[in-house]
Amino acid sequence: MTEFDYPQDTPRPDPSSLTHLADETMALGERLPSGDIPDFDETLHEKPENQWLEMWRSLIANRAALVSLIFIAFLVFLAVFGPLLTPYNPISTNMAASLRAPSAAHWFGTDQLGMDIFSRVIAGTRVSLTVGLLAVSIALTIGVILGAVAGYAGGWVDSVIMRLMDMMLAIPSILLAITLMAALGKGIDKAVIAIGLVSIPEYARIVRGNILSIKQNDYIAAARVVGNTDFRIIFRHILPNALSVIIVRATLGISSAVLDTAALGFLGLGVQPPQAEWGDMLGRARGFIFQAPWTLLYPGMAITVTVLAFNLLGDGLRDALDPKSRVK
Amino acid sequence: MFKYVTKRILMVIPVMIGVSIIVFSLMRVFSPDPAPIVLGQHATIKSIEVWRHANGLDAPVVTQYVTYVAKAFKGDLGTSYYTKSQVAAEIGARFPATIELAIAAILFATTLGVLLGVMAAVKKNSVFDAAGSLFALIGVSIPIFWLGILFIMFFAGFLHLLPSGGRINVMLEPTRVTGFYMIDSLTQGNWDGFKDAFIHLILPALTLGMYSMAIITRMTRSSMLETLGQDYIRTARAKGISETKVIGKHALRNSLIPVTTVIGLQFGALLGGALLTESVFSWPGIGKYTVDSILKSDFPVVQGIVLLVAVIFVTINLIADLGYAFLDPRIKYSSKKED
Repeated sequence: MTEFDYPQDTPRPDPSSLTHLADETMALGERLPSGDIPDFDETLHEKPENQWLEMWRSLIANRAALVSLIFIAFLVFLAVFGPLLTPYNPISTNMAASLRAPSAAHWFGTDQLGMDIFSRVIAGTRVSLTVGLLAVSIALTIGVILGAVAGYAGGWVDSVIMRLMDMMLAIPSILLAITLMAALGKGIDKAVIAIGLVSIPEYARIVRGNILSIKQNDYIAAARVVGNTDFRIIFRHILPNALSVIIVRATLGISSAVLDTAALGFLGLGVQPPQAEWGDMLGRARGFIFQAPWTLLYPGMAITVTVLAFNLLGDGLRDALDPKSRVK
Repeated sequence: MFKYVTKRILMVIPVMIGVSIIVFSLMRVFSPDPAPIVLGQHATIKSIEVWRHANGLDAPVVTQYVTYVAKAFKGDLGTSYYTKSQVAAEIGARFPATIELAIAAILFATTLGVLLGVMAAVKKNSVFDAAGSLFALIGVSIPIFWLGILFIMFFAGFLHLLPSGGRINVMLEPTRVTGFYMIDSLTQGNWDGFKDAFIHLILPALTLGMYSMAIITRMTRSSMLETLGQDYIRTARAKGISETKVIGKHALRNSLIPVTTVIGLQFGALLGGALLTESVFSWPGIGKYTVDSILKSDFPVVQGIVLLVAVIFVTINLIADLGYAFLDPRIKYSSKKED
């Protein structure tokens, strides 16, 4: 989905500078609370705290993020082992038992074709998570490369790439996604491509911004002086510094990819029947809104809690990366 | 400043040309041939050829593009493959419905969003703050179409309070002047029509505005918190000004500057959300028209709508950017591009 944009020419608040600051503040913060002036020898021999370990500790200290993480692990479990757990075949129809209300036999009831909604909701986990991950991977790979090249090369290369990104951002992402679907045709594989392509600009912009600020550092100049190739500088020296910001963005990206998948499914552009997908289930059961509300309740709930979990995890990761709000 | 404005406006031109090329090639180059879809499976090769010629699809793509753009400048966006009617006219007929919905949604989102955001910031760490955050979190996580479905279930199905879809009762439809039913019915003294249009508008507007409301709440809260921490707020309090005045006059005005930009950008984003909302509520606007046309492969319609939405989106972003520069005197844009 869309988020607000900064005016294009204003320098964006740069999250990567925070990570640099983080190291300094952390170093300070570790010494200050102890009160007395640390023994010089002691500080020298102190093992430097691993940044990732620190982040992890701070993340699991955040209750909402921890719960989300556990829930996401549960979703992954459902996605992998779902087919073994469903009480019914999620794609087998039974017209004799259509639109049954939730009961002991059918926990979430049955839909208009007599398919068990509980089984279909579980089966839908795999589709949503796969599409979410694949779409983000596509966006991430292309976005990172484009952003890195634009930021590192500068000049006309930068202008061309970023103007192209502007063009993609000139169309609301969901409209661009369904336009792509119109061109590519229906189907879940096409949905992955469409959702992946429309979120490229976000990553490209973030990575470019990071690279622009990181490349000013002395150690990058040093790396160049000793004869590193541009490729190596980008991948070994610059990108690792932008990694944490990219991870946060990608986590939030999964939540919007799950939402977009459901939206395309709802409009009838996603999976083709009888495959189970949450948005598609909602789209097809719409006509039974008053007659059989359960057909619409559970798939929607599944989408909402999944998106919520990835949003909370993303927020938690962002806080964990920001030393100012880091939970100790 | 002047240089910044000029540059920002000029930048729109290449972006729009690019967008038109992207959309055009998506529709004409990468899409499957629409002829068999439009004419049906049993169309003969001869009839397909005739149809392609009639729709100008047999010319080289570049020629097609140039013709399209030249016509578009004169307000001719081609004709629908199915109804043969003018795309521009069809869009024009549906556009007011979407704008009416979007305006209602943004009004709701702004009012409630700013209110919740201010309350959350002023009473930081209170119940209000927690409730505001929760509300905002759910607002960005819930799929807009499912929210619409839930609203229909509850307010139309359970309470029988509000209609489940449509824009107005046909019997009460006002004579079309502006196309905005609320305005048309009011100016024609059609009080029942006005009431009916209003109750039809409530649920779609709440649905469409929910996401923006969440964003505006978050933005207002953080902006307000930042402002409240400023020295001049402390000074104002030290002077003995009442807390209401400190917040209403000093803090709110300053913290709303960045919020204004967000509201502008959200209005553009609503045009995307309208696609789904209109489908849920059978709202006869361009969103529903787009979805229907895509499902039918009616490419001239899709192309026209996407281009129009892009123009609006880019214009709103431009206004929001420039508005931000004008509203906040602290921002100085250097005329030289800096990154």
